[in-house]
Amino acid sequence: MYGKRLRGLALTTTALLTLTLVAVFFWAPNDATLGFLQKIFYIHVPLAIITLSGFIAGGVMAIQHLRSGDSRWDLRSYVAIHISLVFGVGVLITGSIWARAAWGHWWVWSEPTLVSFLLVMLLYATYQPLRFAIEDPERQARAASVFAIVAGVFVPICFTIVRLSTAYVHPRTLDDVSGNLPGRMQVVFWLSLASVALLWLLLWRYEMTSKNASAQLRRLRQLLSEDDELPPPLRRSAAPSVGAPEMVGR
Amino acid sequence: MPELPFHTAGPYVAAAYIVFVALILLYVAIMAGKLSRIERELGELTELAAARRQGSREDVGGEQ
Repeated sequence: MYGKRLRGLALTTTALLTLTLVAVFFWAPNDATLGFLQKIFYIHVPLAIITLSGFIAGGVMAIQHLRSGDSRWDLRSYVAIHISLVFGVGVLITGSIWARAAWGHWWVWSEPTLVSFLLVMLLYATYQPLRFAIEDPERQARAASVFAIVAGVFVPICFTIVRLSTAYVHPRTLDDVSGNLPGRMQVVFWLSLASVALLWLLLWRYEMTSKNASAQLRRLRQLLSEDDELPPPLRRSAAPSVGAPEMVGR
Repeated sequence: MPELPFHTAGPYVAAAYIVFVALILLYVAIMAGKLSRIERELGELTELAAARRQGSREDVGGEQ
């Protein structure tokens, strides 16, 4: 049951997000170089970190799916990647706004961090079409899991390569050499990271609750049907089949 | 790089945070649509269950 304690999680997330926004605008000092513009950092960077972590989490869940053959892990992986894609769109838009204000351009193709993140996003943009292309639910789940694992491995590799590259102008967040955050800024950054992580978890559980409720409804329809006939087949979808009876009640 | 004045940086910062809030609201709107569908389906199943119960009562009444 994914809906269990969902209200508490929602309230905690709302409270923490509100506290974070107050801290960002009224407590954290302005940056000496970028001034007020640096406030974008508190939303852009945590979103990016959580997006990439979400992709990796999707890969780990996919490993569990292939190991156990349990379709619930495929659904969890699907939802994790789905939520991370939404967050990733936020990263690209907020990053572009920041780049425009700081560098005078919406996009800088010579900047490794931007381009590598775009590559990761483009890679994951093929996840849903891949699923949709395979009609058989079991084959779809297996192929999607293999994709999620390979892409999940690619994420930290890509991140490390960018870190190791020398010619970059993107500010470093957690680096002792440059861009290290002073006291209050660091507190607000970690607060912001925790808020965005909680938001990701909340939306993941929210989506899982919704999909589980749909699965249970489908099962109920099957039980109530006159002559124990099977419910009509699900229309072709990129989402894992949620009508599987084994999902109900778990 | 010189520090941008508040009146120049302000709209950019506002735009970034509005994008964040808009994404969340969009997601909530999509989830609201899904919730409505679940509610509609649940209503249909409730009617179906009620109709079957009514039917079985009538059957019992007819036999007596």
